[in-house]
Amino acid sequence: MTDSALLLLQAAADTTRAYGEFPVIGARAAVWIAAEVHLMFAAFVLGVPMFAVVAEAIGLFGKDQRYDRLAREFTRLLLVAYSATAIWGAVLVFFLATLYPRFWAYLTTIFGPSMWVYAGLFFCESFTLYLYYYGWDRWKYGRTKLVHWGLGILLNVWGTVVMFIANSWLTYMMTPPRDITPTTDPATIKLWHAIANATWMPINVHRVIANVVFGGAIVAAYASYRFLVAKTDEERAHYDWMGYVGNFIAISALIVLPFAGYWLGREIYQYDQSMGITMMGGFMSWLWVIQAFLIAVLFLTGNYYLWIGMGRIPGAERFQPYTKYLLLVLVLGAIVWGTPHTMIADSKELAAMGGSHHPLLGALGVMSAKNTAVNLMILTTFLSFLLYRRANTRPVVPWARTGTLIQAAMFVVAAGVVLFYGIRGYFVEAIVRIGFSVYQVLAVLACIVCVTVIDILMGRGAASLGAIRWGKMPPRSQYALFILAVTFTWLMGLMGFARSGIRQYWHVWQVMQDTSKYAATPALGYASKMISLCVLIFLSLVGFVFWLGGLAEKSTFVPAGEGEKGARHVGH
Amino acid sequence: MSAPLPPALRRYAGHPFWQAVAILVLAYVLVVWVVPLLPGSAIVPKSVVLQYMVTVLVGVLIYVSDSEARWTRFKEPINAMLVEPRLRVVRSGVLTAVTAVVGLVAYGQVKTTVAAPPNLRSIHPAPPTEITFRGKSITLTGLENPLRQHADSLPTYLAEGKQVYYRNCLPCHGDHLDGLGHYASGFNPLPANFQDNGTIAQLTESFVFWRVAKGGPGLPREGTPWNSAMPKWEDFLTEREIWSVILFLYDQTGWKPRTWEKAESGGAK
Repeated sequence: MTDSALLLLQAAADTTRAYGEFPVIGARAAVWIAAEVHLMFAAFVLGVPMFAVVAEAIGLFGKDQRYDRLAREFTRLLLVAYSATAIWGAVLVFFLATLYPRFWAYLTTIFGPSMWVYAGLFFCESFTLYLYYYGWDRWKYGRTKLVHWGLGILLNVWGTVVMFIANSWLTYMMTPPRDITPTTDPATIKLWHAIANATWMPINVHRVIANVVFGGAIVAAYASYRFLVAKTDEERAHYDWMGYVGNFIAISALIVLPFAGYWLGREIYQYDQSMGITMMGGFMSWLWVIQAFLIAVLFLTGNYYLWIGMGRIPGAERFQPYTKYLLLVLVLGAIVWGTPHTMIADSKELAAMGGSHHPLLGALGVMSAKNTAVNLMILTTFLSFLLYRRANTRPVVPWARTGTLIQAAMFVVAAGVVLFYGIRGYFVEAIVRIGFSVYQVLAVLACIVCVTVIDILMGRGAASLGAIRWGKMPPRSQYALFILAVTFTWLMGLMGFARSGIRQYWHVWQVMQDTSKYAATPALGYASKMISLCVLIFLSLVGFVFWLGGLAEKSTFVPAGEGEKGARHVGH
Repeated sequence: MSAPLPPALRRYAGHPFWQAVAILVLAYVLVVWVVPLLPGSAIVPKSVVLQYMVTVLVGVLIYVSDSEARWTRFKEPINAMLVEPRLRVVRSGVLTAVTAVVGLVAYGQVKTTVAAPPNLRSIHPAPPTEITFRGKSITLTGLENPLRQHADSLPTYLAEGKQVYYRNCLPCHGDHLDGLGHYASGFNPLPANFQDNGTIAQLTESFVFWRVAKGGPGLPREGTPWNSAMPKWEDFLTEREIWSVILFLYDQTGWKPRTWEKAESGGAK
């Protein structure tokens, strides 16, 4: 019997009991909202603890109380955010069980034991969080502080394992092992076989990095909100600094995120080329043009925040004249990155172009151009950070000039490698071109690592040109941080849809069909509206969480001179 | 050596507001008029012009506002235009112009036109893993052109492919394989241009085989309407004829087909 006949039989065997109905918005929209908002909260409660534990470590080992209080301030917000995550998770499970009972039964048959482990770990995670937060004052000094920090690490371990388990369920839906067919009895599928599917690890890595980005962006947005409503200069200084730290972490992690995304995309292509083509070149491809826009917004806004920030750093005047050249590279990169291969055109324009590919600009719509643009944008952003970092210091090591020249040479070489392979990619066959992107990425990463190491060594004992005037930032810089948080959230929803939507009318790709009336893949316009609604719900709830955080306790800012370094702090 | 700018002009050239205006005008001229004049180019669709101009505008706004001093200077002429009594005429002119532009844009959006609306068309339909060709199952994943295994017979296959092409494909895809055959102007979208590096140069031969064999009727449901007039050639050509014409397409254009990545196990991916 052919596969198609089997699929028809499977569809026919579905009874009305396979699907439930939800009033007004329908079953799919209900599950969509529950899953998306749950995922956003989950990213929040996984990203922020990473942020908190790193901040606590800096406070602990760097003897800077401000970081310790920063970590605590965020852990307080986590308590409420955990409840929200659990509530939305429960809503999702109830919706799945009542609206998609057959599919839910299928998943639980395979993954049941992992779901029990998940629940147990969630329990551990919650109580570790309570210990971590409520034990802050009790385990404050000496060895007990180390134990407390250990609790923070443990909290992250639980959270990461919980996420890995949930990731296995959704990646199984996308890329079930090849030996599983529509006729395979789910009870016979080995649990680990289903978990260790083709996209499980790429998604795990991608999400861990993305959560760091998200955590940093939300922290920065919180800080910007508190900055804008601050009443005193001390408060403004504290939240300005907090916004900087959040943005620094978000953008630093963002720099490596495209590489993880590339790995995930590659695995999807390798698993099933039609899935890959649907995602990148087919009807989902327009999402990538929107994604390109949003990523360009992230790069431009992140750099913009740094450049404005230079206004409050003595010594930054040396570098400010050069920011316009960095901006030029970023704008050109954004133009190339966003140029569609298949353009929206009316019939007259189509006739003039000889099709939907522009004869000249179409060359910017292919991967060679895109990879080159994004790698140069990453290098430029890194250079911005470097200038910002150095702004109020002057290296005193005898080899400072040589070191700077070596750093400059590394930038030139990395940019040269990126450009060379970008251009060469047009003249080789596709299979060779795909490999070029690896060289481009390696050149950029090598440059980032080596230049950072040299910079750290060169910065030892550097002379200060004056303390950063924390708090002396115009309000528009804080709106930039808001934009970053909103853009990250929106991107997460859009790209999540691209990943999930490529399954089309399958619950489990080519194994279990969606035979409900919602089986058709939604149009991009409808999907965009749904995602925007989810972003709105999430941000409104997060705003509420921030407000609650302010109600529960007063701000933990450290007035000038109170901390061991206090507001007189010079470095970053 | 270039002559220095007159002082009045230099004052404008150094002012962030006029720099911003100049950059925007320059970018527009470049995209709308200069790019189409370049060799082998064509007009830039309005959607892309809008996209580029928005990006440039964001860049300009960042430039004028990333330093407090520049931002203050940038706002000076705008503030002056809005409040200073001596600039009443300019103010009236600008406000009238802005209103007129908004009106014109609105009119342009709502006026009736005979042109078909812009089409958001995905160009790469996703191929199935397997197809049925005249009752025979063919797995596309990992499939190479079987005729390439017979290197000695390639000239024969190429000659056969050439014949197939000129008998069947020429009217639409053209003598130069550029999609400009005699009937081409009757189709929207135009027939595929094989000389373009965005078509067969990006595809595996198995993909091209699927497109030729199944034509427009075999395109996947998602992404419709495809508006493809390509016939389902499996009704007219044999499997070998289709592989021959594919050989001919790559040979004649000079492109190399996309190849399959080898899996660790040795199978193709």
